Parts: sequence; structure tokens; C-alpha cells
Amino acid sequence: METAPKPGRGVPPKKDKLQTKRKKPRRYWEEETVPTTAGAFPGPPRKKKNRELRPQGAKSTHILKKSGISKKPQVQKKPREWKNPESQRSLSGAQDPFPGPAPVPVEVVQKFCRIDKSRKLPQSKAKTRSRLEVAEAEEEETSIKAARSELLLAEEPGFLEGEDGEDTAKICQADIVEAVDIASAAKHFDLNLRQFGPYRLNYSRTGRHLAFGGRRGHVAALDWVTKKLMCEINVMEAVRDIRFLHSEALLAVAQNRWLHIYDNQGIELHCIRRCDRVTRLEFLPFHFLLATASETGFLTYLDVSVGKIVAALNARAGRLDVMSQNPYNAVIHLGHSNGTVSLWSPAMKEPLAKILCHRGGVRALAVDSTGTYMATSGLDHQLKIFDLRGTFQPLSTRTLPHGAGHLAFSQRGLLVAGMGDVVNIWAGQGKASPPSLEQPYLTHRLSGPVHGLQFCPFEDVLGVGHSGGITSMLVPGAAEPNFDGLESNPYRSRKQRQEWEVKALLEKVRLPYWRA
Amino acid sequence: MRGTVMERESIKNFWKQSVPLMERIGSGEKLVLADLLEPVKTSSSLATVKKQLNRVKSKKVVELPLNKEKIEQIHREVAFSKTSQILSKWDPVILKNRQAEQLAFPLGKEQPAIAPIEHVLSGWKARTPLEQEIFTLLHKNKQPVTDPLLTPMEKACLQAMNLEEAKMHRAELQRARARQSYYEAKAQREKKIKNKKYHKVVKKGKAKKALKDFEQLQKVNPTAALEELEKIENARMIERMSLKHQSSGRWAKSKAIMAKYDLEARQAMQEQLTKNKELTEKLQVAFESEEEEGGAKVEELFVPEVVNEVQKNVDGLNPWMLRSYTSDTKEVATQENPEQLPEPAAHEVSGSEREERPAAEEEILLRGFEERRSLRKSSELNQDAEPAGSQKTKDSSSQEVLSELRALTQKLKKNHQSRKQKASSEGTVPQVQREEAAPEEEESLLPERPERVQTLEELGKEDCFQNKGLPRPVLEGQQSERTPNNWPDAPKEKKKEQMIDLQNLLTTQSPSMRSLAVPTTIEELEDEEERDQRQMIKEAFAGDDVIRDFLKEKEAVEASKPKDMDLILPGWGEWGGVGLKPSAKKRRRFLIKAPEGPPRKDKNLPNVIINEKRNIHAAAHQVRVLPYPFIHHQQFERTIQTPIGSTWNTQRAFQKLTTLKVLTKPGHIIKPIKAEDVGYQSSTRSDLSVIQRNPKQITTHHKKQLKENSVD
Repeated sequence: METAPKPGRGVPPKKDKLQTKRKKPRRYWEEETVPTTAGAFPGPPRKKKNRELRPQGAKSTHILKKSGISKKPQVQKKPREWKNPESQRSLSGAQDPFPGPAPVPVEVVQKFCRIDKSRKLPQSKAKTRSRLEVAEAEEEETSIKAARSELLLAEEPGFLEGEDGEDTAKICQADIVEAVDIASAAKHFDLNLRQFGPYRLNYSRTGRHLAFGGRRGHVAALDWVTKKLMCEINVMEAVRDIRFLHSEALLAVAQNRWLHIYDNQGIELHCIRRCDRVTRLEFLPFHFLLATASETGFLTYLDVSVGKIVAALNARAGRLDVMSQNPYNAVIHLGHSNGTVSLWSPAMKEPLAKILCHRGGVRALAVDSTGTYMATSGLDHQLKIFDLRGTFQPLSTRTLPHGAGHLAFSQRGLLVAGMGDVVNIWAGQGKASPPSLEQPYLTHRLSGPVHGLQFCPFEDVLGVGHSGGITSMLVPGAAEPNFDGLESNPYRSRKQRQEWEVKALLEKVRLPYWRA
Repeated sequence: MRGTVMERESIKNFWKQSVPLMERIGSGEKLVLADLLEPVKTSSSLATVKKQLNRVKSKKVVELPLNKEKIEQIHREVAFSKTSQILSKWDPVILKNRQAEQLAFPLGKEQPAIAPIEHVLSGWKARTPLEQEIFTLLHKNKQPVTDPLLTPMEKACLQAMNLEEAKMHRAELQRARARQSYYEAKAQREKKIKNKKYHKVVKKGKAKKALKDFEQLQKVNPTAALEELEKIENARMIERMSLKHQSSGRWAKSKAIMAKYDLEARQAMQEQLTKNKELTEKLQVAFESEEEEGGAKVEELFVPEVVNEVQKNVDGLNPWMLRSYTSDTKEVATQENPEQLPEPAAHEVSGSEREERPAAEEEILLRGFEERRSLRKSSELNQDAEPAGSQKTKDSSSQEVLSELRALTQKLKKNHQSRKQKASSEGTVPQVQREEAAPEEEESLLPERPERVQTLEELGKEDCFQNKGLPRPVLEGQQSERTPNNWPDAPKEKKKEQMIDLQNLLTTQSPSMRSLAVPTTIEELEDEEERDQRQMIKEAFAGDDVIRDFLKEKEAVEASKPKDMDLILPGWGEWGGVGLKPSAKKRRRFLIKAPEGPPRKDKNLPNVIINEKRNIHAAAHQVRVLPYPFIHHQQFERTIQTPIGSTWNTQRAFQKLTTLKVLTKPGHIIKPIKAEDVGYQSSTRSDLSVIQRNPKQITTHHKKQLKENSVD
């Protein structure tokens, strides 16, 4: 191997000179690394690198020669731009004041790194090592790119701050509405619908549309930002729960007997008789699964993209009426009357885990968007926050005077509890911290007992369904300020929605259908 | 060497004859063939034989040829070594291709990178006579020939496009517009004045001024004066043609009617007529008629040209190109008044001069720029250890800039540090406070927990219902005293204390919430009533023991693991019967113990049952065998740790991560790789195909070449 000629040396020297003359200047958008496409050509790139490291003597003469030809006063060089002065020349003769790629803060890059380099790997061969190096380089590059694109997240979360020592919970909605701009103030509204009883509500995934169903059969969907009504019907049957499917065009309504699916004009598309006496609905957006919990004790997964029932699991715990999904891993949490919470996935017939949470039955539960914390409230009037990362132990506990009947987490980890006709909102220190139950962040009294709660995605708005109608209240800092325009764009047009629908269907997480 | 039969016979006879020879053999002396041949007594007949023998001896012996296999093997070895030597030069190519992220076929020349036009043209020279001619023309007309391809004019335009100048220009425009509006307002005001005498005076003044101006103009610039005269003549002609100021107009007619009764109207008519006379009169009155125009001129003098110019150019033209015009006019202006005097060449000097020009807004703006630049600079300074310091700046202005920048960076750094200090001090203060709050909790270095779970003991001690108004810090202190093992830092202590007591876990007394807004139904309740209610709840749920049920269930789950197998046959090999038990030895021997699996995940979690049944269907989707170069699963995991999908990556990164390994052009033949493709010297001899055709020719020539290659 030693006698083997090195490819770099095989090139005649004449070619070298040519290369120096025609040296391509490095542009700011180009990476400093060797171009990737030149895989099959081993000689030149390596050499080029060497050339770049050379002292600048040769180059400066080159420049002098050039300027001599053009007979122009040489443009003043800034002291730092000695690296590659030729490249800074542009058509106008102006120089790039910031040559090279823009610096990226290390902490931001670190945030996107996934490989734990501190962990030592077992000794490996050269071949393996090269693969690992490639993987690491890739990771670094992608994380740098991600860090760069962080710039695009222009919005910042809002917050409420009391003047020295003032309790933010004392700030009422009217104060907030007065303080905020008109557009935000318009997001606080009340719908007085006393006729058709307590309402359940659901926001679409983009946060643009709101569907609500009253117990006495009133079902309506609207674009709540513009207040444009999409449909309003009375199903002439008790409505237990209502939920948007993957887009705002489809609406699942759990009625007294069966599960019905309506489109956004209120036309009944399906009546699913295999899901009967459904009490709660959950939609898993990435799997296109509609999970239904029924009075008969069955948890049924319905694939809405193909219309098949993927799994019907018997929870063996009586009537199910407390359900929530873990948005992080699409595990369904069911609360039972014996104080346990069971975790389900459609692939397993038995619960993945069972957690004893309360002495009394579980009344409500919610899981935060990072999948780290679960909040439960039981008949023992306690509100607990559990850690879901393997330990399933309560992090904090509070006894509430009335016990919370409804719970919901916001995108940024705010917890809301509906107790009678009052909603309390607790906030944590940051995004990834559990809400501290010591002091409520906000409280609000409604005109009737709460029946449904949900934070609106991408808007600092909490929707509350109660017996007196719907209340949309402002909760500063509740939602993620930046949305992903390709994923859930509140401002998307019909065409964009259709486009997204196709893409989402293509990217659907398919369950292995050994069961179906 | 074997002799013939005849020879042997003769030797035997010879042996019989020569006795002394035998003796010699016995003495151990070496025998030579010549000795044997030498007769006892020399005879001439033997000389021929001797000669023959000598001839035979002198003849070289032909070596016995090796057998065929051996020869072939040697050939093969030689060929192998040579070919491998030649082929080894491809090793780096192969390695490179194997490691390459992407291979593009068919192999061809690298696509010429898109170079900016200046670079392309800078290397170019006129060769043909036509080209040379063109270039001489260009040179004559002072057109740019090389980089940056711009005429001085265009360059000035581009220069003018910078921000500061734009700002200045805009400010000037604003000023001018303001002045125009002032002027307009003033004119309006003056127009509204009803005092006739005033107007008369003004008019007279104007006329006087115009006359003066004209006289001056005559002295200074006679041609211009002539032009002026011509203009006046023109006006006269127009007046004569139109007879505007005679009595034919509508106003004049109405006045004519009025003139009978109204003195003023009469006067007006008179005035009009005199005016007409004035206008139509030749030359002498010309100065007076100039007054309107003079007024207009004054107006123009008042209003700078810039304003009108913009209005002129509003339609169509590129607003940026306007800059050049204005800058030109500015230059003219500056030439006129010698105070400012920035030469046109000054535009080309660096921006430092421009920065010095006083303009409040600009300064602010510039400062912003400077700061940003300095920020960037500082970051880069940190990166590569002060390259700026080593550089010598010849220009004083640039040095100034540099020093400024440095000062700024230092300031920034200071700011940063102070902020850090502040942060640290802030960090310490709460710590101190905490320590003050709970001095006893020294041993527990717990991370701050908002809440803490109480145990049953405490419950018992505090008699179930404690004071709800208890201040929290005190409570915490007590708790930390009593139960140092709270769950987050539990893992170490957990091992000592096997299980967290489930009873404790669930029956903890948690601090109750005192909300501002209590639900209406409960609002009226007093504390004691509340207590009563809670008692009631407790009683209500006392019956169904949730905890016991759960524990039972958990035990059942735990019991479901594989049991020991008992293969004892009672009575086999010993006495059997009622009341007889198989011996311990036998029991030990025939009891097959179930394999001890890994401990359950929920072993230490009393309130949790984790399903440990494996989903066998999932195995189909898991990696069973490590792919080739990996020998440990951790290595493989590391390579697949970064997600590829567009959900987790930026679009660019996603595209890069999912590029094809091999790129081919449809419809193109992919030819085998050649030496030229990888940048080797193109020599037909070194090609492998040639070698294979006539392998014997790999001789000295080839070796030489190889050597050369290796030396290069």
C-alpha cells in the first residue's frame, strides 16, 4: 500500500497552477466543507483545502497584478477580510461587511443535537468509525440548519405579570380585554346558549375552527375568529361529545346511541353503529384514529382514513367516561371509577400500565403536550400532577374545595381546571416545567357549571363550554406563538388544506393490522 | 551422471588391475576421476579418451526444466504481484467512492460551477484583431474594459445608492417641500391682502427689481439679456394676437356696463387698457411686462430645483436612478458655494468620511449598524484568536473605526458580564432565603418542589385535618425533616427502603386550595362545613377499599409469571402412601425451577402495574441483526439517532439527508471508470486492459513507470 501512488500527487503540476488562477471564491451561502457531490473525484478537493491554508503571499501578488491591469484604485481592505479578499469584490465594488457564514449561537445548536457524545461507545473498527463520524457530521449540520431557521420563529409568547406583588388571579377578563389590542380583544366572547344545555366543545388542530355540541342536541361549527358559522343543526338526540377529525371538514359527534360523522355543512356522512353509547371521543391526528370510550366499557379505535375499526378493547372497568390522549405518543388514558388510570394502545389487549391515582374515582384527566405530565382529579377532591417518565409518582398534589370536573393542558403547559362554574388556570415556570399548583394564574367565573374545556391551539384563548353557552377567554401565554405553516396553518386556504390532507394521509402512521 | 554399460565394464576391469589404487582408497584419500582414468603407466592410446572426456567436461550441463505446474505457479505469482501493484493505485478511489455520500454516473467532467461574470471576464484577453480594435475603441471612449464593468457614471449611480445618501437626499427633499409649502402659504396670505396700496407697492418693487436684474444681466451676460428681450417680444406678440386685455373679454364687457355708474369699474377698465398698451407697446415697456415673469422667476429662486425635479421625474423613471441626477446637481451646487466643497471624488473614498457628516438620524442609524457590526466582529474575534490585532491598518480613518469598534465590543462584554453577575446574584438570593426559611433541611439537597407529599404518619400526628391556613414554608420544613426521601431524589434511597408505602402515597394530606373564586355552590360554606363535607366523603369511600383492590390485582399480575415445575412421582423408588412425603433430596432433584426473569419494572412502584407482556407482532418491525460494519447496538443506534423526516428537519436539511446514493442519467451509458476520470495521468499502458492482453510485456518499461508514479 505504501508504494501506491497517492491520487493527489498524480496530478501534473500544470493543472495546479490553473486551479489557483481560477480559484472559485467561496460565497457566503456555501459551506466551508468539501462539496458533497464530488464523491467520485478524490483528487482535487483535498488539494484545494491545502491551498486555502497557504500563506497569503501568493494571493496578494495575484491581486496586485489584477489591479494593475484594471488601473483602478485598490479598494480599501478591512483588516479582517484578509481571508479571501477576491471573493468580496462584487459588481458594485462594494465589499461584504460580513463575510462568511453567519455565526450560530452554540446553545441553540445544542438544543437540536440528539446524539449524546459524552456517552462512550465500545471500541470500533475504522469502517464503523467512519460511519459514526458521518452520522455525527450530519447531525451537526442539520442542527445548525435548524438553529438558523430558529430566526423564523418571530413571535414570542405573551404573559401576564402582576405589578409588584399583585396577584395575577385577581386580574379579570375585562381588564385583560381592555389592555390588549382590538384584534386580541375580539377573541374574548360569550355565546349565550341557554336553551340546549351544557356544551362540549372542540377546536380544530389549526385552532381556527370551533365545534360545540349541547347536551340537548345542538351541534354547531364555526370559524370562531371571524365568527362565521359553518353549520348549525339539532341532532334531536343527546350529544355526549364532539370532536373534529383531521381537518375542520369532518366532525364526529357522540350521540346518545351511536357515533355520527358530519361534514362542515352539517350533512350526516356516517352513522357508525359499532360504536354505540359513546361518552368520550379522542382523535389521534397522526394515526387518523378516532378513539371512542363507551358506556359499555369498550375502547374502540376507528381508522377514519379507511373507515375500519382497528381495535375494540374491553377495559373491564365499567362505564368509561374519562378519557384523554397523550399527544406525545398517542397513548389513550382512561380514568376509572376505582381511582386508577389505565394507558392503552390499540396493539395491546391489556392496558400498557395502570396507575392508582385517587382513592375515589377519577373525574378528569389531562396529559400535557410534551407527554411528561398527567394531571388527574378525583372524587377525593384532589388534583394531582403525575410524572409519566417511568415513575408515575405524583409531583404535586392539591386539594380543591370542590374538586375539578374538567382538566386541560395548553400547548405551553398551562393547566386549567373547571370546578363548578369557576375555571382556575395554573402556570409553571417555563414550558417544560409542571404547573405549580400554589397560586392560580388566572380565575374566571362563568354563568353556569363547566362542561367542556379546551385551550385553543396557537391562540391565547381558552374555550369553555358550560350550561350557559360557550365562553372564549383570554389566557396570555397559553399557546405556542409560532405555528408550522405546513403542519397546521390557521390561515390556510381550502386548496392548502386539501394539499395538506394528501400529505398527512401519505405520512399517516400506520398500525400493523394484525388485528384488523 | 550415469555412464553406459560399456564404461562400467571397463571400470570393473580396471579395478581388478590396479592394486595401489585400492590402497589409496583405504588410506581415505580423495579420488579424482582423472586418477581413475590415468593408466598405471602412461599410454598414448588413452590420450584420445582423455581429450574426449575433457570435451565432455567443458560442455555446460543443461538444467533440468521444472515441471509444468511449478512454472505456472511462478508465473501466476509474478503476474499477481504486478497486477496488484498496478491495481493498488485504485484503492484510494475505491475507498473514496465507498465513503462518498453520492455518486453521479455517467462519470464525466465536473459541471463547471457558475462563476460570476467578473471572474470569467477577468481572465479573458483580446486576441483577434477585431477584438483588439473594439478594445482600443473602448479605451478611447474611457469605457470600462475589465472588472467591475461599469462606467464611472454608473459607478457613481451605484455609489449613490447607499443608505446614508438616500437618507440625506430624502431629508433635503423634505426640507424643500416644507419650504415650498411655506412659500405657498405666504403667497396665499399675500394674495388675500386687500390693501391696494400694498399691492401697488409690491408690484412696483417687483418691477424695479426685475429691471435691475435685467440691467445686471445685460452687463454680466448679454446673450441671456437678449434672450430675455426676445421673451418680452414674444409676450407682446401673443398679447397683440389675443387682445386679451382689450374690451372684448367677458369681464371687460361686464365692466363696460358697470362703468357708467361705477367709478371703480371705470378705473379697472382704464387699468386694463393701459396694461394692453403696455403689453402691445414695443420694447420700452418691455421691462414692465417682465414683472410677471420676474415674479415667476423669484418663485423659482425660492424653491430649490430638487422639488420640481422630482415631480418631473415621478413618472416611470427608477427612483434610485434619480439619485444620480440629484447628486450631480448637488455637486454643481457645492461648486457654487465653496464652504461645503466635497469633491465628486470624495464619493469614492471610504464611508468613514460620510459617517462624520452630521445628521442626527443618520448617526443613530449608523450607530445601529456599527453596533451590529461590532457584535459580529466580537463573536468572530472570539472565534479566531484576534486576527484583527495582527493586522496593520494603514488608513487612519479605518483605524478610528476599529478603535470605535473595540470600545463597543468591550462595552458589550462588560454588559454581558454584569448581566451574568446579576443573574448569579439573583440566583444566590433565593437560595439564601430558602435557607433562612428552612434551616433544618441541610442534608436534603432537593431541587425545589412546589409540593410535597405527606405521609400517613404525619396524618396521624396532625390528626387528619390540620389547619389549612398553615403557612407553606413551615410545612415544607416539617416535611423535609421527617421524610428526607421524596421521590425525585429517591432512586438511591429507594433501594434501601424497598417500597414506598402505597397507603401513604394515596392518603396523603395535600394542602388545599384557597381560590379567589370559589364555586358558587360552595361559596357559602364555612370552613367547618367544608370539613364536614370532606368527612362525609371519606366515610362514603371508606367501604370500597380502592387500595386493597389494587394491591390484589397487582399481586395477581405478579403471580402470573412462570412457576416452578414439579416432576416428583410419589412412591417411585421408595415407599408410598398416605402421609408419606418424598424425601428432600428427591424433591430437590425433580423440582425444575422457573427461570428468574428480570425484575419487574414496577417492582418499586406500588401504585403502578406495568404490562410486561411483549407484543410479539412488534418484533417483525424491529431490527434483528446488526447491519454490517457495526458490532455493537450502541454504535448502530448512534447512526440512526438523528431523524431524517421533514417533520424534524428544515427543508434543506431534509433534502440533503435524503439525497440519492447513486445518481444516474436516464438513457446514458455508464462506462467503466478510466484513469482520466479520476484525474490520473492518461497512459494507455497503465490501463489494466492492456496489461491483460499481453501480460509478458510488463517489463522494465512498466516498472520504470510505476516507479515514477510512486515518486511523484
